[in-house]
Amino acid sequence: MTKPATSLENLWLSGNEALAMGAKEAAVTVASGYPGTPSTEILENLSRYEGVYTEWAPNEKVGLEVAIGASFAGARALATMKHVGLNVAADPLFTASYTGVRGGLVIVVADDPSMHSSQNEQDSRNYADAAKLPMLEPSDPGEAKEFLKIAYDISEEFDTPVLLKSCTRVAHVKGIVVPGEIAVSKVKIGIEKAPAKFVMLPGNARQRRLAVAARQDRLGEFAETFAENKIEWGDKKRGFITAGVSYLYVKEAFPEASVLKLGLVNPLPEKMIRELADGVEELIVVEELDPYLETRIKAMGIDCRGKELIPAIGELSTAVVRKAVSGEAGPVEFAPVELIPRPPNMCAGCPHRGLFYNLNRLKVFVSGDIGCYTLGFLPPLSAMDSCVCMGASIGIAHGMSKALGEAGKGKVVSVIGDSTFIHSGLNSLINTVYNKDNATIIILDNRITAMTGHQPNPASGSTLMGEPANSIDFEELCRAVGVKHVRTVNPHEIEEIYKVLKEEIDRDEVSVVITRFPCVLVPEEKKRVKYPFFTDTDECTGCTACLKLGCPAIQWEPLTPEEAEAQGRKKSQKGVARIDEVTCVGCGQCLPLCKFEAINKGEEK
Amino acid sequence: MESSGNILFCGVGGQGILLASELTAYALLASGMDAKKSEVHGMAQRGGSVEAHLRYGKKVYSPLIEPGTADLLLAFEIMEALRYLPYLHKGSKVIVNTQRILPPAVATGKAAYPENILEELSERGLEVIPVNGYGIAKQAGNVKAANVALVGALSSLLPIPQETFIEVIKERVPARFLEVNLTVFREGRKAGRA
Repeated sequence: MTKPATSLENLWLSGNEALAMGAKEAAVTVASGYPGTPSTEILENLSRYEGVYTEWAPNEKVGLEVAIGASFAGARALATMKHVGLNVAADPLFTASYTGVRGGLVIVVADDPSMHSSQNEQDSRNYADAAKLPMLEPSDPGEAKEFLKIAYDISEEFDTPVLLKSCTRVAHVKGIVVPGEIAVSKVKIGIEKAPAKFVMLPGNARQRRLAVAARQDRLGEFAETFAENKIEWGDKKRGFITAGVSYLYVKEAFPEASVLKLGLVNPLPEKMIRELADGVEELIVVEELDPYLETRIKAMGIDCRGKELIPAIGELSTAVVRKAVSGEAGPVEFAPVELIPRPPNMCAGCPHRGLFYNLNRLKVFVSGDIGCYTLGFLPPLSAMDSCVCMGASIGIAHGMSKALGEAGKGKVVSVIGDSTFIHSGLNSLINTVYNKDNATIIILDNRITAMTGHQPNPASGSTLMGEPANSIDFEELCRAVGVKHVRTVNPHEIEEIYKVLKEEIDRDEVSVVITRFPCVLVPEEKKRVKYPFFTDTDECTGCTACLKLGCPAIQWEPLTPEEAEAQGRKKSQKGVARIDEVTCVGCGQCLPLCKFEAINKGEEK
Repeated sequence: MESSGNILFCGVGGQGILLASELTAYALLASGMDAKKSEVHGMAQRGGSVEAHLRYGKKVYSPLIEPGTADLLLAFEIMEALRYLPYLHKGSKVIVNTQRILPPAVATGKAAYPENILEELSERGLEVIPVNGYGIAKQAGNVKAANVALVGALSSLLPIPQETFIEVIKERVPARFLEVNLTVFREGRKAGRA
């Protein structure tokens, strides 16, 4: 837990730390979810509190179902996920809206506008409307904690799951948070049968549909008096309607203006909106991504401007809002300088690199998936040809194979990480076997959910709460679903893996290749004694074979013809490749690539 | 002290930028300021260009620094200092760690690392303070403490007593690394003043 700031009673926490604290103060006792930036640290922090059961589920749908179950048993329950995770969890979400709750149930969904670490940007507010659920939207960490506590009260009072929408600029912002009391739920934990409410057969569901409609009306009235929907009257020339982080940008760009800040973005307080609209000369709606508020406000017959001014793509900021509304560009004095980009890269010693190096050599179509290994797309590895969503790689390769027929044989492979395979790749593997494909599926098994910061998963052998757990045996699992050819290889062994891949790709039956080596960033790997390699640059001919790995520990040092000659090399040698021994972890992938014995194993570090 | 300000931290994933911004923020909070910090996790952290925005004042709304309004830039890598130029204004001060980390295109021989970056910055009238953070940390016996050397340099430009920073470091750095970090902080502070 982050310690309090030196001279303050208050804490200075990230939005995710604050949400964890909010869950504890709301007396949540069961929490489940799947890691996804920017939501991951909520459950990680919550797992450090006493008296709360937390877990990583294999995917967001399972996570939400666990939370629904805990709520049915009377506990206050939490499910967390990123925006695309809510797509996976949408099925239970829409029907949990009908069943309602016993213990309070909140789903925290964290959007990622501008796609800092996501494959799309989507506006989760649309789910609130579609699933007929109330949604709260805090603007900073302090509010995030308070809103989560309010969400549990709304959930139990209105018999509804509640959505709380976070985003990158709440989740990964640090701000002042005031600790509070731990709440007490009125609901008792225990089995209480209510089949007409919880068994969604059509006959029951039709009744519950009416209950949902009545609930929406009651929530609409509640929104009008809800203390977190508030008008801050200022200059009446211009009024803004806004919510979440957008409110902060409005306050900073137009501190003098009148503002309606919505804490609840579904349902909307129509009377309050009219009150502001009637009181100002010009009404502007400021919101990130979709014209969610604007469309609904216009449907009320209220004249306002929104997306004709405010961008619908990417994050907003004070500068973006100011320029959009007033046309003033802001105080920029220096133009950007064109520089070499610095994209992310797989770490030095990353076990994925050896696989992608070989996939590049094999010139196959690589159907990829979501994880660090998606970076296999970047040059010089350049060995990923599609990536859509979690678990999609196997299904997409199967679809391509069926479309291509004979012409596709040996030309398409799928790659999927251990966590992603468990998330939603397994179903596709079953489909591939059942529907008679001859695909090659590569499971990149680094024993951890790496990209989001090393969360344990069902293959890791431990739980979120730090207990030892079963570790899935992928070989047995694949055989059990009907894969006859399962082979496990060490991806650092460049030549061996090439041979195995070639054999399995050429095979006329479905096969799974498991590349197994722990992620370099897991604590056990970090602690392992390393023997970094070093370059005998006298031997290096500048052939660049080792550079094709794209390893950050290997650096090219250019030479002019004069320098090359002075060093006793061929005048035509353009440079030398040198291993940086500080960065090198001694994975050995580069060793067989050097035909001139310039790469050597060094001393222990 | 100045009633408000914006400090931008930039560099390459893995350089300890988040801890540096954290130490600075706690020193500001200890001086009675409101402070907000924004950073990005996930895909962006894998060796890519990273940034952290730190804003302080009586009351901070937005967690993001606007272009043209960063008063201080703490760049952990030379080329990254230039990448964030549009965030600076004429009065900005730029502390640059004199370390080069080659981006993939340079490391694989496809492009050349740009020369004369510090001159590019000072030609624009910016006050540039080069600090050999890596050297200071190496001398003290732990190269991983380079980030604290830079915090030391930054501390000399903020109207916060040195003691406040030292207290924060004592609270937040594990005991076994404390001595090294305090030495590195003091050396960095000297370098910032030179």
